[in-house]
Amino acid sequence: MLAFAIRRLIQAIGVMLVVAMISFVMFRFVGDPVSQLVGNDTPPAERAQLRKELGLDDPIYVQFARFVDKAAHFDFGISYQIKQPVSTLIAQRLPATLELSIVSAILALVVGMPMGVYTGLYPHSWLSRLFLAISLAGISLPTFLIGILLIFIFSVNFGMLPSFGRGDVVSLGGYWTTGLLTRTGLQSIILPSITLGLFQMTLIMRLVRGEMLEVLRTDYIKFARARGLSRRAINFGHALKNTLVPVITITGLQLGSIIAFSIITETVFQWPGMGLLFLQAVQNVDIPIMAAYLLLIAFLFTLINFIVDLLYVAVDPRIRIGGAKA
Amino acid sequence: MTAALSVRNLRVEIPTRRGVLTAIDDLSFDIAPGEVLGVVGESGAGKSITGSAIIGLLDPPGRVAGGEILLSGERIDNLSPSAMRQIRGKRIGMIFQDPLTSLNPLYRIGDQLTETILTHEAISAKAAAEKAERLLVEVGIPAAGTRMSSYPHQFSGGMRQRVVIALALAADPELVIADEPTTALDVSVQAQIIALIKRLCKDRGTSVMLITHDMGVIAETADRVCVLYAGRLAEIGAVRDVVKRAQHPYTHGLMAAIPSLIDDPNEKLEQIPGSMPRLGAIPAGCAFNPRCTYRFGRCMRERPGIYPVGASDASCFLHDASGEAPPAAVVRNAIDAGIDVRASEGAEP
Ligand SMILES: Nc1ncnc2c1ncn2[C@@H]1O[C@H](COP(=O)(O)OP(=O)(O)O)[C@@H](O)[C@H]1O
Ligand SMILES: [Mg+2]
Repeated sequence: MLAFAIRRLIQAIGVMLVVAMISFVMFRFVGDPVSQLVGNDTPPAERAQLRKELGLDDPIYVQFARFVDKAAHFDFGISYQIKQPVSTLIAQRLPATLELSIVSAILALVVGMPMGVYTGLYPHSWLSRLFLAISLAGISLPTFLIGILLIFIFSVNFGMLPSFGRGDVVSLGGYWTTGLLTRTGLQSIILPSITLGLFQMTLIMRLVRGEMLEVLRTDYIKFARARGLSRRAINFGHALKNTLVPVITITGLQLGSIIAFSIITETVFQWPGMGLLFLQAVQNVDIPIMAAYLLLIAFLFTLINFIVDLLYVAVDPRIRIGGAKA
Repeated sequence: MTAALSVRNLRVEIPTRRGVLTAIDDLSFDIAPGEVLGVVGESGAGKSITGSAIIGLLDPPGRVAGGEILLSGERIDNLSPSAMRQIRGKRIGMIFQDPLTSLNPLYRIGDQLTETILTHEAISAKAAAEKAERLLVEVGIPAAGTRMSSYPHQFSGGMRQRVVIALALAADPELVIADEPTTALDVSVQAQIIALIKRLCKDRGTSVMLITHDMGVIAETADRVCVLYAGRLAEIGAVRDVVKRAQHPYTHGLMAAIPSLIDDPNEKLEQIPGSMPRLGAIPAGCAFNPRCTYRFGRCMRERPGIYPVGASDASCFLHDASGEAPPAAVVRNAIDAGIDVRASEGAEP
């Protein structure tokens, strides 16, 4: 188990280094950092001076090592546009994005799993057909359209829920701001989290359904029936548990995508998260923010993957013995 | 004495897009208490479907469309799903072909055993665990105590099948249906597994329906044998009789095709020409008629009933003493081959 964790950890570090390299290349070669920092009328001598001070004359690998070292200490430099440390900017925005993403993921899981189990157990019932029809909409409608539709219905037409922003937030220990403890904060997160989670929800539902249908056909389920076990024991004990490995994988990977793709939802709902920050950075060619965002997203993906791998081992005993499952 | 299992005129249908297939057609047989009935037939003859129908686990859309199934005299084919669940595992145990896929990979075998025991018996978890361990010892798992916490993938195929047997016998059922229990195993362990099933069921007085296509296994293990062909009964009788003096031309051909049962090593193995028809293409009259050396006019028109021949029963017009008689040439050939044509009439030896 420990060896397994260590092996995965080394792989994760390798992945992060590759991403850091991409991020570094972007940082270093997309546009000239010096010309971003100084005005057009700065004399060449002064530019050369600045270049030297910033270490841009050092060999590439030294620069890269410095970049990695700084990134490991959460130092991503100063935003060209906002003139503040990137790490501060991201730290301010991170809670909003993570809260939205996690609420969306939980929503997707809590609604998608039971729907998947139900449609798997009763594939021919009319409710299952209804779920499948809804899920088709969830999969095929683009996120921004769903967001706009929800705003139109619940904010514009009924005036029930706010259409933008995060509502009131509470600061926790100075590091974290949460909207989950205030009324307006909770109201504000409903529409964006549905928008962001709908696609994943339908994905999870279809996945669980497919896995359930498959597992219910296996010999060990037939044998469990032949042993006279109760339906509950068969459906939830034996069948559902066997669908969990792929569900964990997909949910984990989807959590990463949710965080990454929150950009669109944040834009539609003017949600003050990293996605919005990133989008502004793109518009302003604010390379430090883009590079940091890229690294952060990659880090979250890798972290989630790592946790998913460990969860596998907890669920499926076969992985423990053979080491990594092919 | 009431039969442990009595199947009466069983008919199983599978509705498909191209019409309703009759997978089992008018099948009847009994299994006495403590008796081992072998069920043989080519692949696709309907052996597994018969087993599934008895235990009430036909894969949809398959359904019992006629006849009765009685367990110790009580009808079980018309029970509600929950009543049938009380019977499965508790009164009828089932062993499937592939031990590698019969066990849930995610649960320790001890847990799978105790779960089964607790489903059928109102005893404490501790008593169930003790019983589970006793069962593992009984089926010959070495170091049963520590193996309780092993997962299925940590066992060999033969050992897994022993676990499956322990699971099937966990609630001391009165009938065990073993559907090709050794087909998926190494030849070296097949005999051990069969011997184990036979011994355990004998000790407990459990009746066994042993499905196989291996006549050798039947000859060694079963008391009686039931031969299926295209979902219909061809012949049923004591193993000794059927092996030595098969009365249905199909059974006769089957026996001739088995090397171990031929006394003279120089005798040529015979093969029945042709193959068993698909369910949708069963010919009119006797299902076996296109492949039969002894067929005559009636075989193509009418479906034979079941006729007694000595202590056996066979579904072949050669044994029907009442209807149209077979032509003399056919009778002569059949008698030469050792078939007791129209024996019940007393006309021929
Ligand atoms: N769902 C199904 N649809 C159509 N035919 C089926 C279905 N299930 C089984 N059959 C047919 O029923 C027949 C008997 O099958 P089975 O009992 O499994 O044979 P076996 O004697 O080899 O165990 C076979 O011809 C098989 O093709
Ligand atoms: Mg079969």
